[in-house]
Amino acid sequence: MTKIKERKRQAGWVVAGVVSVVVAALAGLAFGPVNLPPGSVAAEVLNLIPGVHIHSGLDEREIAIVTQIRLPRVVLALLVGAMLALAGGCYQGVFRNPLADPHLLGVAAGAGLAVTAVIGFRIGTGSAGGDVTSGLPLTTPVAAFIGAVGAVVLTYLLGASGGRDRSPATLILAGVAVSAFLAAAQTYLMQRNVDAIREIYSWLLGRLATAGWHDVLVILPYAVVTGAILLIFRRELDVLSVGDDEATGLGLHPQRSRYILLAAASLGTAAAVSVSGLIGFVGIIVPHTVRLLAGSSYRVILPLSVLFGAAFLALTDLVARTVASPAEIPIGVVTAFFGAPFFVLVLRTTKRVSL
Amino acid sequence: MNALEALGVRVALGGATILDGVDLTVAAGEWVAVIGPNGAGKSTMLRAVGGLLPVAGSISIFGTPTERLTRRQRARLVATVAQSPVVPAGMTVFDYALLGRTPYIPPLGRESSADLAAAGEVLARLDLERFAGRQLDTLSGGERQRVFLARALAQGAPLLMLDEPTTALDIGHQQDVLDLVDELRRDRGLTVLATMHDLSIAGEYADRMVLLAAGRVAASGTPREVLTEELLATHYGARVRVIDGDHGPLVVPVRSTAGGA
Repeated sequence: MTKIKERKRQAGWVVAGVVSVVVAALAGLAFGPVNLPPGSVAAEVLNLIPGVHIHSGLDEREIAIVTQIRLPRVVLALLVGAMLALAGGCYQGVFRNPLADPHLLGVAAGAGLAVTAVIGFRIGTGSAGGDVTSGLPLTTPVAAFIGAVGAVVLTYLLGASGGRDRSPATLILAGVAVSAFLAAAQTYLMQRNVDAIREIYSWLLGRLATAGWHDVLVILPYAVVTGAILLIFRRELDVLSVGDDEATGLGLHPQRSRYILLAAASLGTAAAVSVSGLIGFVGIIVPHTVRLLAGSSYRVILPLSVLFGAAFLALTDLVARTVASPAEIPIGVVTAFFGAPFFVLVLRTTKRVSL
Repeated sequence: MNALEALGVRVALGGATILDGVDLTVAAGEWVAVIGPNGAGKSTMLRAVGGLLPVAGSISIFGTPTERLTRRQRARLVATVAQSPVVPAGMTVFDYALLGRTPYIPPLGRESSADLAAAGEVLARLDLERFAGRQLDTLSGGERQRVFLARALAQGAPLLMLDEPTTALDIGHQQDVLDLVDELRRDRGLTVLATMHDLSIAGEYADRMVLLAAGRVAASGTPREVLTEELLATHYGARVRVIDGDHGPLVVPVRSTAGGA
């Protein structure tokens, strides 16, 4: 029966996703200013598991590069990529809109404004006009998170004020209004603090911070909660896709499901944005690529988006930090530069054209 | 037992009263057609029974007042095919029909083999097996209507509500779909409550008809009692001739002589 064949095919895609995560992670750990043999790198990673001792042939310094410098960054890339792709897939399902992305409800604008304010006014750096090149002040992630969550809450409140019959479109429009307002405020702040523009842009274009395990630990709880909620509710996304009336008729509370899904996705996005800045493209392109390749059910799209989003961002981060080494290209630039042609290729070579 | 017992149903939307004290009883196994001019509240009545609207008055489904039913319980008793359901992009016919099993799937679970079998059986019954792997948005209007019906049947609910089930179909497909519904009603002991636009067709298939006008029940009874030239003139403002047919009265629109050449 077709269903069994389909499930086998989907299992194949899951295997492909896991393999791509492993390959991307190994590549991210092995390559950089110092290139190390991937086999030895894999051995060192396995050595981190208590009780495992494999001789990798790497010296002290190389081990430190792998486990202390590259590993946190690769893990961060995997987490951020997974979360952005997962949230994007969720937004597209909730809004039944192929253009929805994780930043739709004001996440980007809110985080952008908050970070601009923090950088522009040197909040939290201690000395006004401090050393620009020494990295962003520690308060940037916190500000980004608060700004992102605040903007989404504002969008919800505005969208919900439409009364009982509010549709998903009302929420999108509220998000557009909130984003426009916050972006205007942000532009004004940037005009007032021209000297900080370079730093602000570097954040806006996305960056995977290299603050060791700290960032990973900061977003891990959000990633786990978001991932769990979205994966648990993913069947409801399929039901929501047939319309609110039908979903109600099938025993669901569409409005409630939608709000739970959006809250979880927004929280995860806010956490990702707080450590990585605004990395565009992943949230739109990864779920669509998965949809084109593996089918339109959200039960397939969401888990595969986690895997391929993680792999995609780990690989693009590798490109971002090696292509123009020792300088780093903003990762948001790389995601779009390599992601867009790839997506066009997928669009052209698949038979499924409906989005 | 009655499949549906609605008493004094009132629905107000945006300040306007859409239904103004409607009583509607449907016996188990019966086919009742709700007719009425545009804006009479036909679809609203189905939506009220389906639990899609806040309702004043009382509605009982198979003897249980709806306020005592959870949504899942209600979904196992009533299945609705809306007038023009959303066609989700890229979804296969089988997956669409399988969504009908939602009220039986535990919140964190997935479809059991019984659910897969139920969906497969419905597709076979509706002669849709060869479309199972096709995407719903690639099917024709008549095929889609059968798939919508399949999803509702997969729900396994004894009360089937159809909102204008034949609107988008040509005359041959209209008859195909309604014949199919009638067969299913007999095979599975379903109760059918349908709003219908075409009065002649409604009269041929329904056991009873309810004529709604301006949110109230203007007439109810057998097709012969409801489809009369006077009632249709009063409530539709229509000039019609009612001719006696084999399965019910046939309503033929007649052009007014004033406009004639």
